[in-house]
Amino acid sequence: MVRAMEKYIRTGVKATPFCPGCGHGILMNSILRALDELNMDMKKMLFVSGIGCAAWIPSPHFNGDTLHTLHGRALAFATGAKLYNPDLCVMVISGDGDLSSIGGNHLIHAARRNLDLKVVCANNMIYGMTGGQVASTTPKGFKSSTTGEGNPHRPFDLCKLVAAAGATYVARYSVTQPLALIQALKKAIRHVGFSFIEVLSPCPTQFGRRNLMDRPEEMIQDLLRRCISEEEAEGLAEKELSEKIITGEFEP
Amino acid sequence: MISRWIKSPFPKGVYYFSGNEAAAEGAIAAGCRFYAGYPITPSSEIMERMAVRLKEVGGIFIQMEDEIASISAIIGASWAGAKAMTATSGPGFSLMQESIGYAAFTETPCVIIDVQRAGPCTGQATRVGSGDIMQAKWGSHGDYQVIALSPWSVQEMYDLTLRGFNLSERYRVPTLVMSDEAIGHLRENLSIHSKVEIWDRKKKRGRPPFGTEEEGGVPPMPAFGEGERLLVTGSTHDAFGFRKTDDPEVHSRLVDRINQKILRNRTEITETEDYYLEDSERAMIAYGFTARTSLYVVHQLRKEGRKIGMLRLKTLWPFPEEAVTTLGKRVKKVIVPEMNLGQVAGEVKKFCACEVISLHQTNGEVIGPETIMEMLKKI
Ligand SMILES: Cc1ncc(C[n+]2csc(CCOP(=O)(O)OP(=O)(O)O)c2C)c(N)n1
Ligand SMILES: [Mg+2]
Repeated sequence: MVRAMEKYIRTGVKATPFCPGCGHGILMNSILRALDELNMDMKKMLFVSGIGCAAWIPSPHFNGDTLHTLHGRALAFATGAKLYNPDLCVMVISGDGDLSSIGGNHLIHAARRNLDLKVVCANNMIYGMTGGQVASTTPKGFKSSTTGEGNPHRPFDLCKLVAAAGATYVARYSVTQPLALIQALKKAIRHVGFSFIEVLSPCPTQFGRRNLMDRPEEMIQDLLRRCISEEEAEGLAEKELSEKIITGEFEP
Repeated sequence: MISRWIKSPFPKGVYYFSGNEAAAEGAIAAGCRFYAGYPITPSSEIMERMAVRLKEVGGIFIQMEDEIASISAIIGASWAGAKAMTATSGPGFSLMQESIGYAAFTETPCVIIDVQRAGPCTGQATRVGSGDIMQAKWGSHGDYQVIALSPWSVQEMYDLTLRGFNLSERYRVPTLVMSDEAIGHLRENLSIHSKVEIWDRKKKRGRPPFGTEEEGGVPPMPAFGEGERLLVTGSTHDAFGFRKTDDPEVHSRLVDRINQKILRNRTEITETEDYYLEDSERAMIAYGFTARTSLYVVHQLRKEGRKIGMLRLKTLWPFPEEAVTTLGKRVKKVIVPEMNLGQVAGEVKKFCACEVISLHQTNGEVIGPETIMEMLKKI
């Protein structure tokens, strides 16, 4: 963590627990930069997370109020806190497994209510913390500790899912696009309503090593190659498109 | 820490209320200003009344997508400073267990009303049962304590829900009101007094919210947004909330404290009522609706000159060990009638030196006086 962001880090917290090459640290930095650029008052920030590596991004690191909850339930806890104290700026930061699998029902209902929650989904396409099992976001054909032959199922398109459910700000960026990501985070924070940012975050330890990308830079290169904008996607043939990840803003 | 008296938010008077309506009123009187719930028979009237009443008193009501979301939302609201509640019945109570453990481990005040119905599973949705008593104690994983109260009348649906909030705030513990279909849907008189005694969680700036040097003590609890930069986690944590997931010392100290703060204060928390116990040779131990039938039977047998009495448990957890132990020394036989296969009878056996007989019925109906008479004749 660079010095400039130190004032947002809880006293007593030292190194982060993330593995080498994990994207969650870049995401952490991006969130703090967005808060800093907007001059947000950390005393009015509440960060809610579920269970997983991503859920450790705010807890214990951020020096606002942090609520580290149960696996999948972050949005339900956040709903209670935000409804009772609307002055709080409530940001939910959690993993793809947490928010979209075990917590999938809460996700679509929170989006439907369009309550003012800022949701950041750190998507590493895998259950990182528990050892790399297949997730609802693992692309078809990719290997995990429970799909040795390759995932037979299709993944969720999380942005389409929450947009269809009623989210009013929806964006997807990769940690390899930090500047765009910070802009999106700032928009989500300023937006009044349910905002959802899916952030692609590499997990070389659990995802990469089973899919021929065990070195951190290989995963970064892969994301750089695959992440394209909607405009760039337009001219592409279906086959080419199938391995790309469309990034950008989808709602409003 | 002290209580305060406030004017009752509902006008003083005598009302003809259902148990479920009375519970909602007890919650409002206690200062409950947040409710999250999900429909389930036979508890839904609590939610429906809370939706109306919270609007009137300026609180927040939300119908969530399921019971897991409901209990999780009230825990979130509680940390934002609310006195918060949800109500449910068996299947919903099962879904809530993981979050009840979270509330116990993070010392979050909140109230859960379980209007029990005939289980297991979906069972008989409109019929009565007391099958959730052990689940109330052991439903979530790990060693923890809750407080569980057992109302036997419409009046107590009000009184014990109110008391449930007060205990929950004092001890920072999830408190369960273990009602049942018969009490929830019963209509009878409810007296509301002009003043209500209220307890609030204590606050102290800068103090650790998850630790205290006091044996059996309860740490202060600030709310989100007060500038305390709270660190709340359901993982093992030190006094300031820092995760300590491989420190045996921190873990055992925390588990010990959240248990001891309830067990050490057991005599403060538990309430029982004695009926004719001075000269009884036999005694019934009963709770909830069954205590009404049992008392009726006791009255009848007393008229015939039989030396029988009753101990009514108003608190189920922590278990009123002292009262039950004393009774077990005083009488020759203890009879425990209940609408399950002997959940409380098993507990009574742990503390009674005398013979303990479990009278149980699990047919979705309240135990009638004839049934108890019949059963008593056999022994
Ligand atoms: C009810 C419950 N089921 C399972 C688990 C085990 N568990 C802990 S973290 C996790 C997966 C987290 O994956 P994700 O949300 O994608 O976060 P990541 O670790 O990948 O950042 C699981 C399944 C749990 N803690 N609770
Ligand atoms: Mg993940």
